[in-house]
Amino acid sequence: MSSSTPPTGLSRELIALRAARELEPGSVVNLGIGLPTLVAGFVKPSDDILFQAENGILGYSGISESDFDSDLINAGGQPVDLVPGASFFDTADSFAMIRGGHIDAAILGGLQVSARGDLANWYVPARGGGSVGGAMDLAVGARKLIVAMAHVTRDGQPRIVEICEYPLTAERCVDVIITDLAVIDVGLQGLTLRERAPGVGPSKVAEWTGAALLIPEEVPEMSL
Amino acid sequence: MIAQIFDTSDAAVADVADGATVLVGGFVSAGTPSNLILALKRGGQTDLTAVANNIGLGDLLDELCEDRQLAKVIATFAIRASGTRSSRFEVLYRAGEVELELVPQGTLIERLRAGGAGLGGVLTRTGLGTMMAEGKQIIELDGERWLLERPLRGDVALLKAWRGDLHGNLQYRLAGPNFNPVMATAADLVIAEVEELVEPGEIPPELVGTPAIYVDRLVRCEPIPVRWEG
Repeated sequence: MSSSTPPTGLSRELIALRAARELEPGSVVNLGIGLPTLVAGFVKPSDDILFQAENGILGYSGISESDFDSDLINAGGQPVDLVPGASFFDTADSFAMIRGGHIDAAILGGLQVSARGDLANWYVPARGGGSVGGAMDLAVGARKLIVAMAHVTRDGQPRIVEICEYPLTAERCVDVIITDLAVIDVGLQGLTLRERAPGVGPSKVAEWTGAALLIPEEVPEMSL
Repeated sequence: MIAQIFDTSDAAVADVADGATVLVGGFVSAGTPSNLILALKRGGQTDLTAVANNIGLGDLLDELCEDRQLAKVIATFAIRASGTRSSRFEVLYRAGEVELELVPQGTLIERLRAGGAGLGGVLTRTGLGTMMAEGKQIIELDGERWLLERPLRGDVALLKAWRGDLHGNLQYRLAGPNFNPVMATAADLVIAEVEELVEPGEIPPELVGTPAIYVDRLVRCEPIPVRWEG
C-alpha cells in the first residue's frame, strides 16, 4: 500500500455523470440512496430512461423543486417529478419488478467491492445495526449492477479489495465499478480497467486498488 | 364486512394490547399512519413489536421510543449510514434496550404477503451468502439454492390511505400504497386512518386499493406532514 496521498479524482457529480453514461437508452433503472440519486440529473430526456423507485414509482424524472407532497417521494425520501406515463404500485409489485429481472440496471453505492464482484454496502461494522433497504434485492435482481463510489476510504484504504471484510449485500453481483479514479469491469477473469479519470494514470489506479487489476495496453481517459 | 367508524385515533387503538405485534404501513413520509402512531404513544401500550419499513428517519414511529414502548422492531431502515445524528430508536438500540431484526425490503413484503395469503413461506435468492441467511434453511431445487423466509403476521395493522368509504374500502394516492395493501391482509385487526371518509360507491370500484374485506376500523384524521431526515 502506498504511503502517498490518493490522487484527486472526479467529484461526486462527475462520478454520477459518468455512471449516467453507462445506461442504455430506453432502459429501466433503479438508483440507490446517496451518490446514485444524483444520476437522475445527468440523463437526457431523449435517452428515454425510466427510473424506478422501490417505494412504488415507475417513471420519475428527478428531484422536484416544487412544493413537497409527502406522498410523492423516491426511496431516499426526496420529492420527485413524474414523467408522462408514470405509474404507482405497492411494495410487493415493486419487488416483483426488482427480483423478477424486470429492472435493466441498478446503480448502488458501495463500501467495498471484491475481485469477484461481491458487494458490501449496507453495514459498517464500526457503527453496527445497519440499514439494508432494498439493496440486497436490487443486487440479486437487477440485470446489470453498477456500483458508484469513492475509490478509497477517507483514510486512504482501497474499497476495491480481494475479499470484502464488511458484511456482504450479495455475492458475485457487481458488473461495473465507477469511481472518482476509474471505470472497472468485473468479469470471470477478475477486474479489468476500462477507463481512467482525466490525469490519472493506470498505475495510479492499480496502486489504489486492493485487488489484482488487469490493465489493457490502451486505457482511455473518461470522456466527461 | 362493514367497517367500524371511530371518532378519534385514540379510540381506534385503545384496545391494542401490551405485547402486541403491530404492522405499520408507510414509507417515511408516504402513506404513513402518523395519527395512529401518535395515538399509540398516548395510549401507553408497552412491550410492542413494530413491523415497518423504517424507524428513526424523521418518521413518528421513533416517538414510541420516548417512553420505551417498543421491545422489538422489524424493519429495513433503522440505523442511519452517517453517525452525525441519532434517532431515539438508535439510542435505545445501542443501549441494548430494544431488539432489531433487519430484513431486506423485498423479503419483508413477501413475508407479510405470505402471512396474509395463507402461504407457508417464501423462497428467495435475496440474502444468500450474507448475514441474512444465518440460522435459516437453504433449499435446493433443480440445482438452484434458495433461502426459506417464513411468514410474518401482526396482531394489529395500522394503515394510512387517502379515502375510505363506510364499508372500509381504501383508496391510496400517488406513492401512498407501499406496504399498506399487503399489511392490510396480514393482521387480525386492521385499522386505517384516512383523510376523507366517503359513502360507499364514491370510490370507483376499479380504484379501490384495499378491498373492504380486510379493513376493520376507520378513523378520519388530518394528515401529519413528515419529512425524511437521513
